[in-house]
Amino acid sequence: MTQQTRPPLQRKTANVAKRRQYAAAYTLSMPFMVVFILMIAVPLIYAGYLSFFKKQLIGGVSFVGLDNYGRALTDPSFLGGVGRMALFLVVQVPVMLGLSLLFALVLDSGMLRLQRFIRLGVFLPYAIPSVIATLMWGYLYGKDFGPFAQLAKALGLPAPDFLAGGNVLFSIMNIVTWGFVGYNMIVMYAALRSIPAELYEAARVDGASEWRVAWSIKIPAIRGALLLTTIFSVIGSFQLFNEPNLLRVIAPAAIGQDYTPNMYAYQLSFVNQDSNYAAAIAFLLGIVIMAVSYVVQLTANRKEKES
Amino acid sequence: MTATLTDQVVTRVRADSLPRRRRSGKSALLTVLMLLCLVYFLLPIFWLVVASTKANEDLFSSFGLWFSRMNLLQNLHDVFTFQNGVFGHWMLNSLVYAIVSGFGASALATAAGYAFAKYRFPGGNAMFTVVLGAVMIPMTALAIPTYLLFAGANLTNTPWAVILPSLVSPFGVYLMRVYATDAVPDSLIEAARVDGAGEMRIFVQIVLRLLVPGSVTVLLFTLVASWNNYFLPLIMLNSPELFPLPVGLAQWQAASAAGSGSQALFSTVITGSLVSVLPLMAAFLFLQRYWQSGLGTGAVKA
Repeated sequence: MTQQTRPPLQRKTANVAKRRQYAAAYTLSMPFMVVFILMIAVPLIYAGYLSFFKKQLIGGVSFVGLDNYGRALTDPSFLGGVGRMALFLVVQVPVMLGLSLLFALVLDSGMLRLQRFIRLGVFLPYAIPSVIATLMWGYLYGKDFGPFAQLAKALGLPAPDFLAGGNVLFSIMNIVTWGFVGYNMIVMYAALRSIPAELYEAARVDGASEWRVAWSIKIPAIRGALLLTTIFSVIGSFQLFNEPNLLRVIAPAAIGQDYTPNMYAYQLSFVNQDSNYAAAIAFLLGIVIMAVSYVVQLTANRKEKES
Repeated sequence: MTATLTDQVVTRVRADSLPRRRRSGKSALLTVLMLLCLVYFLLPIFWLVVASTKANEDLFSSFGLWFSRMNLLQNLHDVFTFQNGVFGHWMLNSLVYAIVSGFGASALATAAGYAFAKYRFPGGNAMFTVVLGAVMIPMTALAIPTYLLFAGANLTNTPWAVILPSLVSPFGVYLMRVYATDAVPDSLIEAARVDGAGEMRIFVQIVLRLLVPGSVTVLLFTLVASWNNYFLPLIMLNSPELFPLPVGLAQWQAASAAGSGSQALFSTVITGSLVSVLPLMAAFLFLQRYWQSGLGTGAVKA
């Protein structure tokens, strides 16, 4: 609207108006941008800077180039954590988003009684902070007074050990799934609601099943919402910290201090006092997240072109 | 389960010849299946409520999913008096951090989102692209360098250390840009300009009102994020009287699991957890209108 060509006579006033608009645009965006630069750009650059140095017992801090990155790429603690998060991502994200999509489609089909109640009930766990959710599930999993252990005991069965080494990752997946299915369901449901009804009315008249309508019309129409929830889930998975860090208190044998990359960075920085190496780990983790998010986007775009 | 569900759906559609969007054909089977799923989501919350009413020893001796001797008032008393009533501090801290961060972040995002949506200005697109890219930066990856910078500026172990980083919401800016693009008609801005209104006056007196629903959504997002935040306050704060609820409760839980203290803290931690989830649950119940439409905003138009 500001780029319209105007008659020469008006050009001078147009320029004044344009300058006023620039001034307004900068005034409105600057407060955010200043905080953005101070709280995101500066720490990011500082982390990058730190990651090129090393604190030595003799000789103090020295420039070591990419040594910290080289160390991280052969560090079993870091690689193990990334691998564990990749497994988490591959298993938990599809299950969670699959459930969210299924529930959203069921809600959108309008075939449910108690719609509002069900929608609210599935969403409610989102209102519980992950720390509290983990405390709660920790007690539920526990052998002391967890209801699962109590039931097993009443039936004369051995108590299931949710916190054993091989099971604990799945127990964490359950906590995250429980907390976020409802949130993702609401995002997808809102997207479904915005599909123009004409898009599938014709298909219904032609006798297409609700299942067919969902698969061929509704799901492709909410690709944007699916992509958004996938990317946020990818980012969330790799950043896992709260749940394992709290469960570690009751399952120290199954969850090491390097269980996730974030826990490892935390330990390096605040226990080992090795901020330089921690910065390199944090940076690498950021790169992994961006790379995976990018691959997800590329895959989605390619599918869009194909169809 | 999927097979029966599909069959049910198929029969329903065939029986229903009216192609209306919200059809009246309700499925009892589908409803029952969904209610069974709902048990999974609500049972842990029910457990929390039940466990909060029990004395410490009854937690061990009675069945977890049903009530025993009523001890809720004593538990509440313990929660609010333990360690000289530090829990009250935590609640107040959580509230202050969430409200200041939430309103601050929402205001900044609203102004910036509107500017990016409705003005073409040098650097505007570049700035927005950078902000959008920042959505992908793991916030925990920023926390460690931020801690070091704040330590240098003597800001650690102050409320600012928790509030300042929470004021930036790149996703909030993205949402507000999407929202403002549709909610504020260009013709309205042009008309106000023709009437001689200045740009800032247009924003304050005309535009702001139209942006309220979007801003409330961003406010909800940032309130929840701040209320739930654990990592940032964990590394920034040392003094228990500055802790928000999650950090404080996690500390109590660690103490009770270690069994170091003479007191058994289980019932206190559990009741404290219940008390600390009530405000947000209440907020979600009363603000349904906003989050149900708002949470989808970004996704619908993306």
